[in-house]
Amino acid sequence: MPAVRLRGFGHRHAGRRRWALRGVDLDIEQGERVALLGPSGAGKSTLLAALAGLLPPESGEREGTIEVRERTGIVFQDPQSQLVMERAGDDVAFGLENIGTRPERIWPLVDDALRRVGFPYGRDRNVAALSGGEQQRLALAGALVSRPGLLLLDEPTANLDPDGARLVRGSLAGLDDTTTVIVEHRVAELVPLLDRVIVLEPGGGIRADGPPASVFARYGDELAADGVWVPGHPVPALSPRSTPGEVLLRQDGLQVRAAEALAVTGPNGAGKTTLALQLGGLRKPTDGLVVATAALAGPDATKPPHKWRARALAGRIGSVFQNPEHQFVTAKVRDELALGAGDPARVDELLVRLRLDALAEANPHTLSGGEQRRLSVATALAAAPRLLILDEPTFGQDRRTWTELVGLLAGLRDDGHGIVAVTHDPDFTAAIGARELPLAARPLEAVRYCVPPGDDSPNLRSGDPHPYPHENARPQPVPGATSRGEAQ
Amino acid sequence: MSPAAPLAARNPAAKLAAAAVLTLALVVSLDPVAPAVALAAELAVVPLFGLRYGTLARRAWPLLVSVLGAVLTLFLFAQDRQQVAASALALALRLFAVALPGVIAFATTDPTDLADALVQNARLPVRFAIGTLAAWRLVPLLGEEWRLINLARRARGVDAGRNPVARLRLFVSAAFTLLVGAIRRGTRLAAAMDARGFDSGAPRTYARRQTFGAADAALVGGAVCVAGLALAVSVAAGAFRPLLG
Repeated sequence: MPAVRLRGFGHRHAGRRRWALRGVDLDIEQGERVALLGPSGAGKSTLLAALAGLLPPESGEREGTIEVRERTGIVFQDPQSQLVMERAGDDVAFGLENIGTRPERIWPLVDDALRRVGFPYGRDRNVAALSGGEQQRLALAGALVSRPGLLLLDEPTANLDPDGARLVRGSLAGLDDTTTVIVEHRVAELVPLLDRVIVLEPGGGIRADGPPASVFARYGDELAADGVWVPGHPVPALSPRSTPGEVLLRQDGLQVRAAEALAVTGPNGAGKTTLALQLGGLRKPTDGLVVATAALAGPDATKPPHKWRARALAGRIGSVFQNPEHQFVTAKVRDELALGAGDPARVDELLVRLRLDALAEANPHTLSGGEQRRLSVATALAAAPRLLILDEPTFGQDRRTWTELVGLLAGLRDDGHGIVAVTHDPDFTAAIGARELPLAARPLEAVRYCVPPGDDSPNLRSGDPHPYPHENARPQPVPGATSRGEAQ
Repeated sequence: MSPAAPLAARNPAAKLAAAAVLTLALVVSLDPVAPAVALAAELAVVPLFGLRYGTLARRAWPLLVSVLGAVLTLFLFAQDRQQVAASALALALRLFAVALPGVIAFATTDPTDLADALVQNARLPVRFAIGTLAAWRLVPLLGEEWRLINLARRARGVDAGRNPVARLRLFVSAAFTLLVGAIRRGTRLAAAMDARGFDSGAPRTYARRQTFGAADAALVGGAVCVAGLALAVSVAAGAFRPLLG
């Protein structure tokens, strides 16, 4: 008898007209490792939740049957909202306490689970002090500790940087005997761990089912067109058509130019987001100055960007935050764009360009992840800024939204906009032909740059006249040179 | 703070109960004598909790500031300074004597231990105690979230300038965004807890045993004695003024 058996299974979430999942017939055998694929909205997460027993009768309408023979454990996408306790060991023990494990057996089981996932610290480690990848390893230990016969993973590496994702995959590779079902956007790195790939058909049923190699060989093109990340289907690169233009913004050794894309990369904690906020005129630089050239600043050239009025800032530098919901200020998609654009014709143009026209009257908070991402980029573009700064724009996006974003940003670049993207995604950096600015892990408070070789453009040096004579910038002592303060 | 100090190591539920006893006793009396006696006793046991007076003062500075503020206000608006001085002194003593036990209890208690003790010894529902503990862990995230939301509004070209009405509207809209995010995160946390069998009806066991022993009972008993002594001295000195009547 298989570990999982579904017959004509379907689920419709309460209050929705559309079935999230329908007509699914499926057997999963003991010990199989299965990836569940499908375009956005095909019901992958719903199926996983059903297998985990997280869809009680009041959550919606159900049809068909679902049999899960074993106890399940599930790991979700966001590490921060699935850890319950403050200390690592207590968190792993939580699941055992809940199922009534005898107290004297709890700690040996906890230690064993921590060892299985390769958790490098002791039980007393504070979970807030862990990196995202380490937190996901801990969440995995918490799911494994009660010896589930069926392990479910809902995009376990989507929120992690490449190092964190590698840590989690390393842990998964060590669990050879557990039946596993995984949902993940980017499966290429997972393929060596998989026995089987199941592709869900949006609207009902299963489109493909078999060993990864044969499914990808037969359905690869079709899946890629539907937005699924398929191994061996590279995304087209959109290299710049022109050379970088005038300098728009500079900070110490860093130059941001028109008609150029700059990718800020580096490990978590290197200060990438802080740099994006400083370049975006949203936070006062802690070290040095952000200088906007006259080409960008116009009449405000005597003030640094963080002192500009918000409306002036939005018309010159657009910022796209990692979490789109942070940026929404109105109750309608159309109003979000009208806030920056003013001109209704431009609102309509942006709605069409970012495929949001059908959603113009919807509340931004009710959109899907990909739709929210497109809207947040559209809102930043509404006031037609010359420079666009994006924090992890491609995080967790399906191939379709990803490709659209790359196309849009490459187009903006070729129209003479400057693009700065904080990103962990090497494919994205390559696809828009971005100049890379790797930030080193930060030893102190300051953000440090490694200026790539060949960047011989003139930088702001200590002997240059102060760009903002009326600002009392902290003088920076430079051995053998006059400080900026004295240059006045 | 040293967690091994004789009173710091007491059961968290016992510490809370002792604090509650003192609070209750001092709330019923309006005179300065009872709180003075209680405060003296409370300050005397601070070292037994492994706390330095300096650390305690740093922890309690909001309390110090608010008490001084209250006393100052009473003085400023007083007709008869002499009579007000007495009641202001009584008020300040009461505020300190009531708040100090709570400050000491929380300064010497780990939140996880407190939740464990409330479930195991005080028989509070596990859903409430552990649920609150889990939610408490997410609170620091809200501060960073709030900063980002407000920066994101500036990036959208929205700022209030000096207009108080615009400022209030901006605050309300940012608070709404914060709330949406907090609810989403809370829902995900609840799902993750359910998936790990939380409060599923099965009998629960405890990995960390919290015991309520003789020493813990003695702490509560001690608090009852201090409260009784404070009220007795107040009555004997003829200063006792009950809250009601």
